[in-house]
Amino acid sequence: MTETIIQSSNLFLPTILIPLLPLIGFIINGLFGKKLGHASGWIATLVMFASLACSMFLFFNLPSGTTETVTLSNWFYFNDIFIPFAFLIDPLTITMLLVVTGIGSLIHLYSIGYMHHDEGFARFFTYLNLFVFFMLLLVMGNNYLIMFIGWEGVGLCSYLLIGFWFKNQAYNDAAKKAFIMNRIGDLGFLLGMFMMLYHFKSLNYDKVAIGAMSLGVNHITVVGITLFLFIGAMGKSAQLPLYTWLPDAMAGPTPVSALIHAATMVTAGIYMIARSNIIYSLAPHTLDVILIIGTATSLFAAIIGLLQNDIKKVLAYSTVSQLGLMFAALGMGAFESGMFHVVTHAFFKALLFLGAGSVIHALGGEQDMRRMGGLGKYIKITFLTFLIGTIAISGIPPFAGFFSKDEILASAFEHNKVIWGLLSFSSMLTAFYMFRLLYLTFSNSFRGTEEVKHHIHESPTVMTLPLIILAACSTVVGFIGLPPVLSHSHNFKNYLSSVFAQSKTILPAGHQMSHSMEWILIATAVGLAIVSIAFAYFKYVKQKQTPLEDEQLKGISKVISNKFYVDEIYNAVFVKPIMLLSDLFLVIIDKLVIDLLVHGVAFVTAQFGRGLRLLQTGHVGFYMFAMVISMIILLALQIFNIFNFLHI
Amino acid sequence: MENSIQSIPQNWYLILSSFMFCIGIMGVLFRRNAIIILMCIELMLNAVNLLLVSFSSYAGNAEGQVFVFFIMVVAAAEVAVGLALLVSIYRNIASTDINILSKMKW
Repeated sequence: MTETIIQSSNLFLPTILIPLLPLIGFIINGLFGKKLGHASGWIATLVMFASLACSMFLFFNLPSGTTETVTLSNWFYFNDIFIPFAFLIDPLTITMLLVVTGIGSLIHLYSIGYMHHDEGFARFFTYLNLFVFFMLLLVMGNNYLIMFIGWEGVGLCSYLLIGFWFKNQAYNDAAKKAFIMNRIGDLGFLLGMFMMLYHFKSLNYDKVAIGAMSLGVNHITVVGITLFLFIGAMGKSAQLPLYTWLPDAMAGPTPVSALIHAATMVTAGIYMIARSNIIYSLAPHTLDVILIIGTATSLFAAIIGLLQNDIKKVLAYSTVSQLGLMFAALGMGAFESGMFHVVTHAFFKALLFLGAGSVIHALGGEQDMRRMGGLGKYIKITFLTFLIGTIAISGIPPFAGFFSKDEILASAFEHNKVIWGLLSFSSMLTAFYMFRLLYLTFSNSFRGTEEVKHHIHESPTVMTLPLIILAACSTVVGFIGLPPVLSHSHNFKNYLSSVFAQSKTILPAGHQMSHSMEWILIATAVGLAIVSIAFAYFKYVKQKQTPLEDEQLKGISKVISNKFYVDEIYNAVFVKPIMLLSDLFLVIIDKLVIDLLVHGVAFVTAQFGRGLRLLQTGHVGFYMFAMVISMIILLALQIFNIFNFLHI
Repeated sequence: MENSIQSIPQNWYLILSSFMFCIGIMGVLFRRNAIIILMCIELMLNAVNLLLVSFSSYAGNAEGQVFVFFIMVVAAAEVAVGLALLVSIYRNIASTDINILSKMKW
């Protein structure tokens, strides 16, 4: 029963420092940010790099295949329910730690340049540090409750940062939308936790897994829990039908989109499912649901992405699409492949967003691609790094995206040919709209006003340096997971094998694919990508087409560019009826019934009081005195047992 | 069974809570500022809360702690009403001294 607090381990200090450092940065910036001025950005960046160093220390010092639990305190202890405040350090956690702190620190550095002229400079870094703290809590906890704290915390920070420029009402609305959509998912997460507490009397990952295993495969309880948790993941990771908040979340400053809405927070759902891999393996029905929703999201978002003209919106839809791809991988039981794509995607999507930020910075706030073009000549570093990111996301070898995507497509081919076809089609669309974005932004000649053209300039070094580092990572990070045809050992899979070992024994084992088949799959994927890139080149560089203005759109393209009218449908189906209902309640229940009752009581009381208050002295001090004396008398009666004596 | 609450002997909770309660009573009796009186009432409530938590932990019974949550909710509601009354009093007499309030009688 007893969990003693172990502090002897040499991993204790770095482990608690990882989340503590951003928290300290948050407190310093929050309290003294105004006085510190631009120093606050450097403090925030410094604590991030320190946290990264601690994560690296863990990476190099945790013996492979082992798990370390660092308990800070025994938090809850009721009857048979015991919840510790403890951190779990295993390869999966460390992977996420490196992604969060690594990309997080680069984005902090970039933000110093990007937010330089903003009056809310210190506030921005305060929120950013707080976000990283919660994100680290989310990935480090050893039970679902700590994960939930982080889950809610990152939701809060996302809300604060989307609405960072709160003077613009549209941005506030986007922030509220993100928060409310996430709330729907969080309810699912909460229900899942309640079910776990009720059935397994614990929220610890290992205890829940043991409890679920004793119930067996496809037990209704386990299916229920996993489905509820997945609803939580749908909200946070922007899957159908709860994805609409993510494109709107682009209202926030661009580094926020890169950090929160591309690299880290939106992958929390995938982390959660990978972390709960054992209970998900025990619920194949849920895995099927995840597979279908992931595939549908991937395709749906890719189609919408084809006709978006806002540079950040395209990236947002591509994020939704890529997240769908990751969920599809999880749904096939290929947890490592899903996590692998989380890692590679974090690098190249952060790079793309920061690159887009650099473009927007160069153009003084312009985000519409129809007003860009020909920027390759003016901002060379941004162009080259953006090009690398675009190639990486399109799945061209040897860049990072190719390896992780190929792995997911290979598992899909084994699992179900239809799913493979749909996912391949969605990857093809990805390659097309990403190169459309690239060509429209950087090729041909500039289409904006002379005034803007005069303003174009390359970003300062604090912004280009993170771009260069991320571009380098996007080039090489794929080599940690070479496909079986190229190498016998898949380093990333081996590293994570201890985490997923148990679920591998539960899931039906996939047979090894022949090498020739694998070459065919690789060739198909690369071929499709090249075809769509060539098509994009032909359309936007050779023919120099530019997207039509909104009014000129007709038919299906109008429907797509209006995002299939999903927002309008949600508005009509959910928002409007609820507004009507609340209006109804306001008029009938509130005004007629409750107000009448309350005002009636107040009226009667006031009438009585008018006469009776003449009996009172009005000295509040005396009333207090009487109250205390009465209390003392009651106490004395109790102590001397007078009630007993009187037989009352 | 190790528990952070139980790492302190129960008597100390009794003593601390009695002190808090007495400070609260003294404040209520001797101060004239209605805001301070409100704060002292909160202090008394929290003294009781502390006792409830420590007893519940020592007795291994969660009900006491659940009860504390209810008290907190009630206290929050009470503060909302109390402060609203104070604001309206202040608007009328430009003071929060309770001795002036006796004039409200007429």
